[in-house]
Amino acid sequence: MDIFVQQLINGLVLGSIYALVALGYTMVYGILGLINFAHGDVTMIGALVSATLIQLLHAAGLPVPVSLLLAGGGAVIVCASLGFSIERIAYRPLRNAPRLAPLITAIGVSILIQYSAALIWGKQYIALPAIITPPSIEFAGAQINHLQIAIVILAACIMGGLIWFIHHSRMGRAMRATEQNPAVASLMGVDTHAVIAMTFLLGSAIGAIAGLMVILYYGIGHYFMGFMLGLKAFTAAVLGGIGNVGGAVIGGLLLGIIESLAAGYIEQLSGGLFGSNYRDIFAFLVLILVLLLRPQGLLGQRSGDRA
Amino acid sequence: MTLHSKPIMIRTIMSSLVLSVGLLGCGKEQPPAKVEAPAPQPLIIKIGSASPLTGPQAHIGIDIRNGVQLAIEDLNAAGIMIGDQKATFELVAEDDEANPTKATTVAQKLVDAKVAAVVGHFNSGASIPASKIYADAGIPQISPGSTNPDYTLKGYPTTFRVVAHDGQQGPTLARFAINTLKSRSIAVIDDSTAYGQGLADNFEATAKELGAKIVAHEHTTDKDTDFKAILTKIKGKKPDLIFFGGIDPQAGPMIKQMQDLRIKARFMGGDGVQTPNFIKLGGAASEGAMASIPGLPKDKMPGGNEFLAKFKTRFNQDVELFAPMGYDAVQVLVAAMKRAGSADPAKYLPELKNTQHQGVIGPIAFDEKGDLKNAPITIYVVKAGQWEPLEVIQPEPVAAAAESSPAPAAPGATAPTAVKK
Repeated sequence: MDIFVQQLINGLVLGSIYALVALGYTMVYGILGLINFAHGDVTMIGALVSATLIQLLHAAGLPVPVSLLLAGGGAVIVCASLGFSIERIAYRPLRNAPRLAPLITAIGVSILIQYSAALIWGKQYIALPAIITPPSIEFAGAQINHLQIAIVILAACIMGGLIWFIHHSRMGRAMRATEQNPAVASLMGVDTHAVIAMTFLLGSAIGAIAGLMVILYYGIGHYFMGFMLGLKAFTAAVLGGIGNVGGAVIGGLLLGIIESLAAGYIEQLSGGLFGSNYRDIFAFLVLILVLLLRPQGLLGQRSGDRA
Repeated sequence: MTLHSKPIMIRTIMSSLVLSVGLLGCGKEQPPAKVEAPAPQPLIIKIGSASPLTGPQAHIGIDIRNGVQLAIEDLNAAGIMIGDQKATFELVAEDDEANPTKATTVAQKLVDAKVAAVVGHFNSGASIPASKIYADAGIPQISPGSTNPDYTLKGYPTTFRVVAHDGQQGPTLARFAINTLKSRSIAVIDDSTAYGQGLADNFEATAKELGAKIVAHEHTTDKDTDFKAILTKIKGKKPDLIFFGGIDPQAGPMIKQMQDLRIKARFMGGDGVQTPNFIKLGGAASEGAMASIPGLPKDKMPGGNEFLAKFKTRFNQDVELFAPMGYDAVQVLVAAMKRAGSADPAKYLPELKNTQHQGVIGPIAFDEKGDLKNAPITIYVVKAGQWEPLEVIQPEPVAAAAESSPAPAAPGATAPTAVKK
């Protein structure tokens, strides 16, 4: 039982991180119908920038909470500007181009960011020295440390805040309007360019926080880490119904928990036929099943051309 | 394996090169070596040495060459009789630049120079393509430092090495875990690479033979950083040791996550884990972790201190790493020539297989593939943020090795030739 609880906790933490990254995919897709493949790499930049800043600030003798806060703030600023620039340089000029064109530039931008990071940080693994050793508490026989609790709570606050923002703020209403019909929204006086830029800004800022969480949680990062993280988050977004913010949250949490439980129990369930190395296959199998039964994803919109 | 870390373990295998070089090697006609010179003339025996003498690995290559040279000088000073003739040994040293292509050129050059034997190469990526050329010419080759298992798996009778290969680490680590650490239930994790999985499987097989219970064998990849799920599963099985076949970018976060989950088991790995980077990544959690490296620390070699002093006097510099292996390789070759009474490779090669030699690095005997039998392996432990030698797994004594060997030992051949004076 304690092992099961522990796996659930592992999955919940992992899922929270997936969900945060998935928000960036789903927001952009909802508004532009574009899969921003560079988003995983924006998260990677967030992780590496925070790692560097934490080390610098810690070396400068600042107390740990202050340096974490400043590093997170720095990463958010860097990633938000990066997301804004990506949209301005790589996507806006292609706004009316065929849908394949921005997809290709997205892949191009992704590779550009990866190798720029390789130039800046090198191709080695970047290790974050253990400056915090979060105390852990025992819950139903499972270990939870304060960092894990902080990740889950912070992720929940960000997700809740974002949903509130989209449904109750002026900008949020403009975002929803642009999502439904960019041309009409524009005629009604919504500055759709500004709305789209804001979407990228928000998504990237949330990605930066996810990056900070990854680097704190695992203590290790490298220039290629955004690829797998991005792929998983994208999967989570599709699972929940791409374009739907609540769906991204549910998809992320579900994917994290499925992965943990699959790694823990797949061997028993399959009678030793599959090992824990099949956990990713299992996660994608669930995705395929969901899409077969509900092509729009768990909470997806029912419009024909989406998802 | 070891994608990064020590340059001594560069093992790029260029199998295509083996092919192209094979064609090249076939064209050369090997004139019969003229070793049966008229009686009054002293017998001149050329020994080839091939290693990187220039480039970033030059310090290691020169170290090997110096080891070979020292052995040759010792043998010439001792006055060795091969058959009824007094032999004089000559060094032919070549630079392979740690480059597989250059290695084959150098190999052909040594063959053309009619060397009786070759000590080399250092890099597995160089030794493997060169081995084909030596095999075609029938010239014995002893590598002092190539650890890729493939080197001796080509089926050439001329290929030997005097260093433990990667596949010998697993069983040795398993014996250490069970006999010394008294581990009874063990969980194994590998990173699904040829190196990691091979190491883990070798470890598991020996551990099972010795009666330990393998409670789990989990797999991850060489890109992953999240091991919480598999570690949690392992925690439920309550092992007293976790063995990881893989390299430091995974091992570091893994040991951290073990600590997060309060897993009390010991952590053990192979040479991919025995790096400063592991300690950096693992932080305080890496304390007490164990990992191995093939070979002995140089000051722990049976003939180590004497050799180190002699080497220092002769070359006015310290032994880097593989000079003792180069030295012993020559001694082993010459001992075989003495037993066969000939420096003709065709005549002394069978004797080389019966080698039972007490060398600087310890007892030397070859198995049927040409690998070092009971090769020594050193186990290190992280203490106060540093890797420190914990225990040297000494090879079993030569006599015991001979008993367990199915090959009939030639009478008289088993007497170890004394090298130390």
